Amino acid sequence: MLFKTKFKYYFTKNDGDGPMAFVMPFTLPKDMGNKFIRSFMVPFVAFLLFLGIWGGFASQIVTSLGEVPGPKQVWEQTINLYNEHNAERDKQEKFYERQEKRNAKKLEKKPDAKVKIRPYTGNPTFFDQMLTSLYTVLTGFLIASLIAIPIGIISGLSATVHRAINPIIQIFKPVSPLAWLPIVTIIVSSVYVSDDPMFSKSFITSSITVTLCCMWPTIINTALGVSSIDPDLINVSRVLRLNWFTKVYKIVLPSSVPMIFAGLRLSLGIGWMVLIAAEMLAQNPGLGKFVWDEFQNGSSNSLARIMVAVFAIGLIGFALDRTMLYAQRKVSWDRNAIIR
Amino acid sequence: MGFSHAGEPEKEELKFGFIKLTDMAPLAIAYEKGYFEDEGLYVTLEAQANWKVLLDRVIDGELDGAHMLAGQPLGATIGFGTKADIITAFSMDLNGNAITVSNDIWKQMKPNIPTKDGKPVHPIKADALKPVVEKYKSEGKPFKMGMVFPVSTHNYELRYWLAAGGIHPGFYAPKKGDISGTIKADAFLSVTPPPQMPSTMEAGTIYGYCVGEPWNQQAVFKGIGVPVVTDYEIWKNNPEKVFGVSKKWADNNPNTHIAVVKAMIRAAKWLDDENNKNRPEAVKILSQSNYVGADYDVIANSMTGTFEYEKGDKRSVPDFNVFFRYNATYPYYSDAIWYLTQMRRWGQISEPKADSWYMDIAKKVYRPDIYATAAKELIKEGKISAKQFPDFAKEDGFKAPQKHFIDNITYNGRKPNDYLKKFNIGLKGSDVIK
Repeated sequence: MLFKTKFKYYFTKNDGDGPMAFVMPFTLPKDMGNKFIRSFMVPFVAFLLFLGIWGGFASQIVTSLGEVPGPKQVWEQTINLYNEHNAERDKQEKFYERQEKRNAKKLEKKPDAKVKIRPYTGNPTFFDQMLTSLYTVLTGFLIASLIAIPIGIISGLSATVHRAINPIIQIFKPVSPLAWLPIVTIIVSSVYVSDDPMFSKSFITSSITVTLCCMWPTIINTALGVSSIDPDLINVSRVLRLNWFTKVYKIVLPSSVPMIFAGLRLSLGIGWMVLIAAEMLAQNPGLGKFVWDEFQNGSSNSLARIMVAVFAIGLIGFALDRTMLYAQRKVSWDRNAIIR
Repeated sequence: MGFSHAGEPEKEELKFGFIKLTDMAPLAIAYEKGYFEDEGLYVTLEAQANWKVLLDRVIDGELDGAHMLAGQPLGATIGFGTKADIITAFSMDLNGNAITVSNDIWKQMKPNIPTKDGKPVHPIKADALKPVVEKYKSEGKPFKMGMVFPVSTHNYELRYWLAAGGIHPGFYAPKKGDISGTIKADAFLSVTPPPQMPSTMEAGTIYGYCVGEPWNQQAVFKGIGVPVVTDYEIWKNNPEKVFGVSKKWADNNPNTHIAVVKAMIRAAKWLDDENNKNRPEAVKILSQSNYVGADYDVIANSMTGTFEYEKGDKRSVPDFNVFFRYNATYPYYSDAIWYLTQMRRWGQISEPKADSWYMDIAKKVYRPDIYATAAKELIKEGKISAKQFPDFAKEDGFKAPQKHFIDNITYNGRKPNDYLKKFNIGLKGSDVIK
């Protein structure tokens, strides 16, 4: 147990009433120490413990690709992926240099020749793939929000609409991305036909799948937020004879914004989770494809590299959630609500 | 540096597909060594999920060209599977495949294999497998094996090996709607994508498979199976992969096509130069995760002139992978016709066909004329000497009758119907599956 005298903290060996053995006194400013231990030391120690357990168990399990990698191997692969990224960037630079030289030569020979700089043809690195994933999930999320918020508002304002669409929402909400994907793939490949496409099909397929899976929490939360507006506020709008759009814009939206953001935060979390599966199957060059390719390669480093991806996926998901939490706090007018 | 060929390429930004196999090496090398860029081509290489996806994407134009099974352009042209006009002007390699069985099957086969100095005598014939298959049959269990595609080299090689040992691999009957290829079969063959072969066998879904490298050596490293025979032993220096493009693409981009073939000829030559001197470097490139991605050691096992059968039984097979020597890159009509004979033998071509039909299809699909144009430009540019190519003035596209088959049957590409008559198992003459 930890207890404090006026300025010092002591660890003691027993919690009873008997004589206490002082183990180790150390001094810290009064409040900071407590906070430091709670918010930093506890998670840190827990994480070390986790690494220890992981490292201990990993070496016990032998697969056909060798031992399950522990923290050390995963860290090595993280460094490797970083080095590969740098090497690829060097190659990219040289690619452009060569291209410029070649173009200059071409112009020398034929001054009116058409030359252009072509984008790098090398393969995307792990870090490029992270960006692709982020871009894809945000696109899907944006589309989902643009659809879900208006639907949520309408169904929150009208009990009839709510009753009409609620069953549809409930049916589609639990559907896995793996079920949507084949349908989306086939529709996209027959509908999205162009000679010089701006987006690749795999990108569109993945982001639409994300949209389909992540719009539901936003609809539900928006509807809930809108329907629980203080009736006095609605009455005010009646008294002022506001038209429908002004009512929504001036009264409904501001008062339901905290609930909308709560929904958006859930949606983004689901979207990110769904994306990895979608990318795997649609072969969109993001983290999902990275995991799939490494699985196919079956090299002795594959498992460790997949685990690097697992951590990257987790960290990015965490960062996205924190960002949304921050936004949620910013827009919340109810200062008493505890949001976490 | 480039732009030396007669015409500028019509299309400079290209995307080529490949399957994660070591024989995609000419593509990787042409890219990494800058041979594509020397021709003014900006190429992106992209791994494909399986052979069907790859073919479909070449047909619908998402890919400009791809690493293909030799049977794919032929199968597509005659309409077995997806019908489309696909042509090839470049043969990517010779040999490079093997047949692997699971540890359990190997244990049952091994007593039937003669030994010398405590090691099994190679080549191992399917005769040793026959009692095992018969045992499964008598117990009412289907004996299942994997190959990579219905028109794949691997399918025909596995069938050839099995049939040579008296095991019937089954007929196809596309006219009757049967494309599973298991009519009258003793051994049931099914399709699995190459990279998934080892894990499918590990899961017990198949007892063995025929696939390209590194997926046989992977089984040895993982300790889940034993390669029993290489395709070099089934048919010495057999043609394997080709570089296929759609006919429409080739008609629209003739200069680009020649430029691509030039770059790939140089890459193939680099791979075989000075007794495979560059192979270790090639293996290093192939082991990158965007190409084949398997471990260096696994790929090196077969690419550097050796092959490991049973764990520890590593033997020298210098010609396991041939990319350039023996005119490996030249698209011979006789190679095309051999594949057509096997399609007929196993019922994929269900009706009897005249010898002239075989010749016509071969000429439609295999395009040595394009190859010759590319080669002559390389000779003119001084990049490769004329000695290293067939004599284009005399070459008629037929190899002399070939003898080195595991069952000692001679193949003469000019007489496909006579050739088919030599097999005990298989359709011939006017045979039709009823």
